Amino acid sequence: MMSPAARTAQSASLLSCGVCHLLVRKPPGAADPAGRCPRCGAALRARKPDSVARTWALVIAALVFYVPANVLPITKVTSLGVVQSDTILSGVIYFIHSGMWPIALVIFIASVFVPLLKLLILMLLLVSVQLRSRWRPKDRTRLYRITEAIGRWSMVDIFVVTILVALVHLGALANIEAQAGAAFFAAVVVITIFAAMSFDPRLIWDAKESNDEPECTP
Amino acid sequence: MSTGHLMACHDCDLLQRMPVVPEGMTAICGRCGAVLAKPKRDSLERSLALALAGLVLLVLANSFPFLGFKVQGQVRETLLLTGIWELHLQGMPQVALLVFVTTVLAPLAQLLALVYILLPLKRDRPAPGMFHVFRWLRSIAPWSMTEVFMLGILVSVVKLAKMAQIIPGTAAFCFMALIFVLAACMSSLDAHEIWSRWEAPR
Repeated sequence: MMSPAARTAQSASLLSCGVCHLLVRKPPGAADPAGRCPRCGAALRARKPDSVARTWALVIAALVFYVPANVLPITKVTSLGVVQSDTILSGVIYFIHSGMWPIALVIFIASVFVPLLKLLILMLLLVSVQLRSRWRPKDRTRLYRITEAIGRWSMVDIFVVTILVALVHLGALANIEAQAGAAFFAAVVVITIFAAMSFDPRLIWDAKESNDEPECTP
Repeated sequence: MSTGHLMACHDCDLLQRMPVVPEGMTAICGRCGAVLAKPKRDSLERSLALALAGLVLLVLANSFPFLGFKVQGQVRETLLLTGIWELHLQGMPQVALLVFVTTVLAPLAQLLALVYILLPLKRDRPAPGMFHVFRWLRSIAPWSMTEVFMLGILVSVVKLAKMAQIIPGTAAFCFMALIFVLAACMSSLDAHEIWSRWEAPR
């Protein structure tokens, strides 16, 4: 088996190709990226580039856009001359008032809860990585996988707006138009997906490696 | 997959010796629990068949009426693309583009990429630039959101139920089938099988 010192690819001076998972020996003094994978041609990197800085930038950008996304209306309904603008939250409240609890819950979870949860988890992961925390790395990795998986479901509201503007197009009788809030909300979803992509979960485990080193006797 | 080769976990970088993983079993990382290998029976054939079926469904889903909207005897029929076009007309080209990419373009690119990789590989003649296409396939996968769009349809139907009658068209059923076909296709895809097939003739 391996020597206890070489527990991770990085500590064994190996690079794992991000696309085809081929292990490649890292040339001494190699730059980042250290060339290309001999099998699939992807750039070889030990970790995602500038992961912490990039993820922070995207998280902050998403937080900024989160405000107009929730304050500005996402749709404008014109029905027989009466104009009504709806934000994400007013849509949820409308569903609660009309007794459609399941739909209210779906929209609230997908549009309000998930983006916020995702941003909070990413911030927790970033801070813990920066503090070189050794706190429950397995659970933090699991949290990361959750943020990766749930982000896409926030698109539900954007899709609902798309379908509504297509269907409710009846001239003076009833008309639905998309409003600026929808664009900001779409930006939040896209930015948080990129934020989750730019975070490298291996950083969670790197703190453990550096602290483990003294016990290694190859 | 060769026996006992070393592999680094993509989520925590732990080096581990890979056992021979039988079909239908999953190898997970001993430290963080990430899925390292999940070989499937007839992975290549199944993925290819499902990708071809998906292409047919995607074409149908974009050709036939998607949803009908019936109010006071008046019926408005829309295509999958109608909403996207409306968003564009209402001065939201960026949102229209996002919806177009996530519901039409990304699934189409995903399916075409799979057919491009798998069809020549089936005859043991890897397609040129196969790895570029595979890398590209992996980066577009998160943007293919057909199942989320379906939830959007359900929410819209409930929202409009009081106002009018919604009639699902042929395209809506094709789209629904596409979701399952696409999910089955991606889950039966086994990257390790592709690498070993590629390395075999050498």
